[in-house]
Amino acid sequence: MKLQEVFSSAVLDSQQPCPGGVVSRNGHFESRFAVYRNNVQRGLINALAFSYPVVSILVGKDFFQEMARLFIKHSPPDNPVMSTYGIRLADFISNFAPASSLPYLADIARLERLCMDAYHAADASAVNPQALAQMLHVPESLDQLHLQLHPSVATLDSPYSVADLWATHQSEGQCHGYDLNLPQSTVVLRYGLSVEVFAVRPGYTAFINHLQGGYALGPAAEHALHVDPYFDLSKALALLIAHGAITDLSLPPEISP
Amino acid sequence: MMNSSTASLIAPLSPLLPPRAGLGLKAEHFKEVLQTLPDVGFFEVHAENYMVAGGPFHHYLGLISERYPLSIHGVGLSIGSETPLNIEHLQRLKTLLARYQPKMFSEHLAWSSHGPYFLNDLLPLRYDASTLQRVCNHIDQVQNTLQRQILLENPATYIEFDQAHFDEASFIHEVITRSGCGLLLDVNNVYVTCVNHGRDPLAYINALPLHAVSELHLAGFAEDVDKSGQRLLIDSHGAPVDQAVWALYQQVLECIGPVATLIERDNQLPVFSELLAQARLADSYLLTAQVQP
Repeated sequence: MKLQEVFSSAVLDSQQPCPGGVVSRNGHFESRFAVYRNNVQRGLINALAFSYPVVSILVGKDFFQEMARLFIKHSPPDNPVMSTYGIRLADFISNFAPASSLPYLADIARLERLCMDAYHAADASAVNPQALAQMLHVPESLDQLHLQLHPSVATLDSPYSVADLWATHQSEGQCHGYDLNLPQSTVVLRYGLSVEVFAVRPGYTAFINHLQGGYALGPAAEHALHVDPYFDLSKALALLIAHGAITDLSLPPEISP
Repeated sequence: MMNSSTASLIAPLSPLLPPRAGLGLKAEHFKEVLQTLPDVGFFEVHAENYMVAGGPFHHYLGLISERYPLSIHGVGLSIGSETPLNIEHLQRLKTLLARYQPKMFSEHLAWSSHGPYFLNDLLPLRYDASTLQRVCNHIDQVQNTLQRQILLENPATYIEFDQAHFDEASFIHEVITRSGCGLLLDVNNVYVTCVNHGRDPLAYINALPLHAVSELHLAGFAEDVDKSGQRLLIDSHGAPVDQAVWALYQQVLECIGPVATLIERDNQLPVFSELLAQARLADSYLLTAQVQP
């Protein structure tokens, strides 16, 4: 095996011996090699703790470190952009037996991933509100209108009230009563420079998912009503419009003005 | 013969960073920098933090780079890798440099990736002929792709390898000569490495190709001891610059004159004014170096 292959495997796994060929002037190369092991593991644990602060709070620092250490061994980063590291953490948590007493933990990790992705998502300007208002007032074409959403918009449907739980751990978050064991849908988006998280009715996420899947407004709203008979299209549109989340409008060519 | 074609193809950059103190730009300080516009020679950012599509990082870097000279410092190219360079990463870097047109781009004499895995740390190299060939080939590839000269930073190391044919300073000398890249001399790394391996920092510095130095780095280290009780310094970027490193910095400036100097601080980030005070101190050393004959 090549030197760096042995070295990289030994820094990720504390059970492995110090690689052969490593020396130091006083022969105490093992404690010196440990500096690299510590730097690599601690650097990656810190990167995960930075991206998943609420997961870290919920399980406590020591538990998070041990869980992260195992995750790192299982899924080392596959590229140098650390803000993307941890995409597989939620799935890892789902199968991590010691965390099974917190069944909502994986969805909190999913929500924090969406927040990080929204923070760094591409920029896009909101569509001109007048153009939008004009289109929305032509009922014949409304159904076939295609809405382009801001690249930061993302959704999460969870069997737990993860948006509420997440909000109680934000500095500005209000601590209000909620039942963690109720399902909750969440919309994440970046408005200006801030990431915002909204607890919404399930129809909203179905609506957004279908718009992002290429459905026109009419069919997307139908799917939303199927999921949630109380889905209110105008309120869902109002949420998106108020947060600059609609970035383009188009009609199929045959009915374009 | 080594392939040294790059040296003649890629001209050294002419608009260098000013011979002033600069600061690492941290997201925690974006707003304060824009609100107070401190008198700082330049700002430096880690390339990988800005390899994102959009959002606040690009928003603030765009505004700050309109007001200050910018240096971009890579931590992820893994120039010393036994495996090929990550082409996708190199392309991301090219896009980033095209967007911000920094005065300087620098990377490390180290490796951080093996195969598909990135370890997020600067790991040590065995200084032998095959490593020399590999490092020079990778620098050629980087300089040709980016169409610019890069600077290579000397590492802080905690161990060495048997069967090394070069000491570190001679190895760096060979790399700089053959590849035509410039040298980013990290004075803290010299001090850390020399204490850890029982060498004389000034002799190390004098063995380097000092004519190629286009930027200096200063940072703080953490102090530890190994199992034998010997000093073991760790390049932590988590403390103010040590007095011994300031003294060494002064000796470097006496040899090479004033050169753009970055105060690096990535951990245990203090308030901005504390970093600014370190930059002012570096500026005073630079000013003294300027007036000397």
